[in-house]
Order: sequence, then structure tokens, then C-alpha cells
Amino acid sequence: MSEKRSDEPRPVLLESGLSPKVAYGPDDIAQTATKLPPLPSEADAIGAPGQYPFTRGIHSLMYRKQPWTMRQYAGFGTAAETNERFKYLIDNGQTGLNVAFDLPTQCGLDSDDPRAAGEVGRVGMAVDSLADLEQALDGIDLTRVTVSHTINAVAPIVLAMMATIARRRGLDPAKLRGTLQNDILKEFIGRGTWIFPVDESIRLIGDTIEYCAKHMPLYSPVSVCGYHIRESGANPVQEMALGFLIARAYADHVIARGLAVDEFASRLSFNFDIYGNLFEQVAKFRAGRRLWARIIKEDYGARDPRSCWLRMIAGGGGGGLTVEQPELNIVRGAYYALISALSGTQTMALCSFDEAYTIPSERAARISLRTMQVLVEEMGLCDTADPLGGSYYVESLTNEMEAEIRRVMARVEAEGGIVEGVRTGRIQAMVARQAYQRQRDLESGRARKVGVNCYRSDGDEHDVAFHPFDSAQAERQCARLDEVRRRRDGARVAKALDGVSAAAAAKVNVMPALIDAVEAEATVGEMVGALKAVYGEYREPVRFA
Amino acid sequence: MRKLRQEASGNSGNTVPIRVLVAKPGLDGHDVGAKVIVQALRDAGMEVIYTGLRQQPAAIARAAVQESVDAVGLSILSGAHLPLCRAVREALAAEQAEGLLLLVGGVIPERDRAPLRELGFTGVFPVGTRLDEVVTFVREHAR
Repeated sequence: MSEKRSDEPRPVLLESGLSPKVAYGPDDIAQTATKLPPLPSEADAIGAPGQYPFTRGIHSLMYRKQPWTMRQYAGFGTAAETNERFKYLIDNGQTGLNVAFDLPTQCGLDSDDPRAAGEVGRVGMAVDSLADLEQALDGIDLTRVTVSHTINAVAPIVLAMMATIARRRGLDPAKLRGTLQNDILKEFIGRGTWIFPVDESIRLIGDTIEYCAKHMPLYSPVSVCGYHIRESGANPVQEMALGFLIARAYADHVIARGLAVDEFASRLSFNFDIYGNLFEQVAKFRAGRRLWARIIKEDYGARDPRSCWLRMIAGGGGGGLTVEQPELNIVRGAYYALISALSGTQTMALCSFDEAYTIPSERAARISLRTMQVLVEEMGLCDTADPLGGSYYVESLTNEMEAEIRRVMARVEAEGGIVEGVRTGRIQAMVARQAYQRQRDLESGRARKVGVNCYRSDGDEHDVAFHPFDSAQAERQCARLDEVRRRRDGARVAKALDGVSAAAAAKVNVMPALIDAVEAEATVGEMVGALKAVYGEYREPVRFA
Repeated sequence: MRKLRQEASGNSGNTVPIRVLVAKPGLDGHDVGAKVIVQALRDAGMEVIYTGLRQQPAAIARAAVQESVDAVGLSILSGAHLPLCRAVREALAAEQAEGLLLLVGGVIPERDRAPLRELGFTGVFPVGTRLDEVVTFVREHAR
């Protein structure tokens, strides 16, 4: 190699395909801004926190008013066990709950369904009927702690349960706060807990958005997840682009049903991932916040500034954790939390260091919570809003990330749009190809991962373990379900389930019928069955190109 | 069955691509690993059929027979690998599909690896396995 060559800077390629310069200056911000459609003259692309287009945060006071909500994901086997963990987390200063459901519940199967065998209570809590969710939330003050549910295809049923629980406790559902994940399009792309065909699934999302807009205005019916798309292999640009296209698909659907954008947009929320290059992620969030504000205002004509807010949970980071040298995951988690805080998130959840090989232990979950608390109490992350704002590099990269996100969105739309792309499997194939490329980059050493393809040490692999799976617990859950089936009024259940099918067939909002069925103690499997009878089931397209 | 096909084609075993069925049994929807393996095996010149999610063991066994594959690979990240592998093994036996190379990948603790091998899953690939390791293993052990 020539001497000249050795003076050249090491090439850098971000996951999104961008190549940062060695150093940035004021001209770079202006130059990269030319890649974006101009803002109206009164708006400033960087501006101030709390000011449209919200590059620097959706609130003017940001964390000086209150730190982000800390919401660790938890859910164990039975409602009683989950209730205990929830109370433990609240006692330790956690400010929100995030309910993990087991796979049968997420797929709409009752615990005694043969297809549920071996999976009841395995990765979360089993919910067969209202009684289970009621017990899980027993003694938890829903006016003080907000509950987020990681549930998608079954989300309308969980919403019906939450409305019923609130009412039974003498709390007006109109005053209930909380969040449903309820983002079905991303389930088709990654994570896979779909039930109904694509169009019917979107219709159900529409039902929840419409119902909340009219009857539960403080509730967030949908949390659009770039997160799982990223965890499925997408790069940060694809994560945001597909997330926004999905959000647009839901918005278009409910607008076609007659809702005005300002009736629902402020209750949409987002869920994004935090692992990877720090600056790329921070720029991703700042770019995303500005782009979403512009989409909602410029494309949808929103007048309420709150409609333009990209309210988000930026958390997790599971994709960055490793089985090798798992203690490093504590360090990674701290940096990921820093990314999230520097990005102005509203809510943070942080994967636990043992999450690469097991369901988090109590100790690991506490370390994650304490990591966030260290940022708040010791590191000054809540002292001033958007502390990286104005950085030549961060602002330039923010512009470049926005341009890239726009480019990917335009390409998907030119190819027929997100709904068509999911229906045909084209989007799934795009993400799968990216995942494969990433894996090859890791194996070739083109992408570096400490403890995995560099700085390995012998005996540094932690064995994987699972939360002890207790098959007797599944039997107890089935016994509980039997008890519900015995005590309820069978005729009332049958009538309520007919009502669910009738509403689905008539293409009216199924929420009131689901609430009737929940109150009659119909099971999740029965309610899903009543919808399936009309909607049918999704058939997965398998393609890789 | 495989042998017949080779003879009919008149080629030596080396030129007929190895056929692999990659399947996701159970309810677990994490399919990144399965889809990455499908692409890696295809790039290595194998013919790969991917079932998609939530396949019942009987359906996996039927697909293995219909597609006359040399190997069946399961991807399981929910922790339910022992009961699911056992069920697939039994379903294959019921279809009289013996002698296939069986593989399983996913979140698999050390102590479960020997029991899985005893069930007939010769290739056990925990998370973190390199793609070329899987490809080489299939090449060496299929047929």
C-alpha cells in the first residue's frame, strides 16, 4: 500500500448506508437541508423544543416538567404472578406498566385450545377472559399508573376489557389513560401474531381508533412500531419509513370512515428501537419527529399542534444485545438509554442484560430501571431539552436521515404502497434481505460487534435459560377457564358472540359488541372465533425477492 | 425417495441440490433467524422450502414428504423446543419419513442440546451460530 493511502481516513458506513464526514461545520447543516422540501417561511427546521416541526422535542419544558415514563415489559404465566411483579415494579419507582401476554392469548387461542399446548403462560400472562386481566390489575390505581398492553390482533378485545374494568371500578372510561400496541401491519412484517387477513385487520384497528376518538379520548389506541421491524432486520431508515407508512395507512383508513385528522392523530403513538450507532439513532429520532409533524400538517391538514406530535416510546434495544459476554449488555443498555434520553422520548423501556438468553430476572429488570434513574438523577439528562441540538454533525445527520426516510417511503409508495406490499409479502422480503445482509456483515467482520466478531474471550458465552415453565400452572389456568365457563350465563354469551359476528358482517364498529361479550365473560378464543367466522384468517405469503 | 430422484436424473449426488424444509412450529412469530437461514442455504446452492409461521407438526411432516426433502430444520425461539421437536419427530415417523437430517435452531440452553440430539435432531444450533457452520453441517450430513 502506498504511503498516501495510510493518510486517508478510515471509511465509515452507517447501517442506514450514510457515510459521515470526518468533521462537520455550519455549511453542512445548510447544505444537507437542501435535500429536504422547504418548510414554510415562518417555520424553522431546527427551532425550539415544543415548536413546530418539533425537531427538538414535542414539549417546551421536556424533562424539566417530568422525566420520561419508565415502563419495563413484564408478564408472567398467570394473572396472580403478573400482579405481584407489577406491584414490585411500582414499589421500585416504575411509573407505567407494560403487559406481556402469552402467545396463545396474542394469537386468540384459549388456554385449553390444543394449539396452545405447551405455550400457556410461557412468554407472558395468559388472558382467557375478563377475570384474568381484572386480577392482573387488582389493587393498581389506574388513575395513577398507566397500563400499556403489548397486544395486537386481540387488541380490540383487550380495549373492551379495559373499558369494562374502568367502569366496574367506578372510573369513567373517558378518563382512562393507557396504550394498546395494536399495530397489526408490523405483525405481518415481523413478530407474527396476526390472526385475520390484512384488510380486515386494518378495519379492526380503525374500530379501536374510532371508538377511542368518540368514547375514550385520553386512551392511545395504537402504538405504531418501527421497533419490531428493526428487530426483524430493518435498518434505522427502513424502521422509520415503514413505521410512518403504516401510521399513514391507519390514518387513511379512519379518515375514509369519516374521522377528521385532529380527532385521532394526537392519540397515535410510536414505538422505536434504540440500539446501534448513537448519532445515527439520535438523528433518526429527531428527523422522524420533524418528518411526522410535516406529514400530519402538510399532507393531512392538521390544525391542532398536538396532532403533529410524534409521541414515542424509544426503548428496548434487544437486537443489540449479545449472548457473548452478557455483562456488556449492561453497558450497552446504559448507552441505549442515553440515546433514548438524548432523543427526547416520552417513554423508555430498556431491555435487561439477560434478555438475550432468558426472560429478565428481577435483578436484571431492576438494573435496567436503575440505569434510567441514574440518567435522570446523576447525569443531567433531564436538565435541558435536546442537548445535542445545533451540533453541526447531529443537525446535518438529522437532515440526511430525513431525506433517506423520505426516499424509502416514496419508493414503497411507488411500488404499490405499504398495504399492498404487506399483502404480497414484498415488504417482508425487503426486511428479510436486510437481516441476511446484516448477518453476513457481522460474520465477515464488516460490521463490528464486541465479544461477537472482535475482542472475544474464551468461556465468555452465557448459557441461555428460560423462566421456569410450570406445566401445572397451565393446568391451573385451564381450571380457571373451566370455572368461568361454568359460572357464566351461556345464553347471554351466545347472544353476545352472535352480536360480534353480526357487527363484523355489517361492517359496523365491533367495539360495542365486544364490550357486551366481555361483560358476558366470553373468552378471547370465542370472541376471536366470532370475528374469524366473518373475516376469515390470514394466509402468509412466503417470498424472499 | 431422494435416491430414486438422483438415479432418475442420471447425475451423481453432488450435482443434485440438497433439498431443505425450514419450518416454524408452534406459535412463536420470531422468524428472522428462519428467514436468514433460508437465504444462506439458498445462496449455498440448496433448494429450500420455507413453511411460514405456526405450522402444526403434522403439516410439517406432510410437507417434508411431499417436497421429498433431505433435511428438515426447525426454528424455535419460544423455549418450547423439546415438546415441539418431539412432536415433529413423531409426525415424521407417522408419515414414515425416516432417515431425514433433522436440525433445530433457536434459544436452546446447553442442557437441552443432548436431549434434542437423542430425539434425532443431529444439528442443534443455538443463537449465535455462524451461517457457514450451518451450511457446512447440512452439506456434510444430508443424504
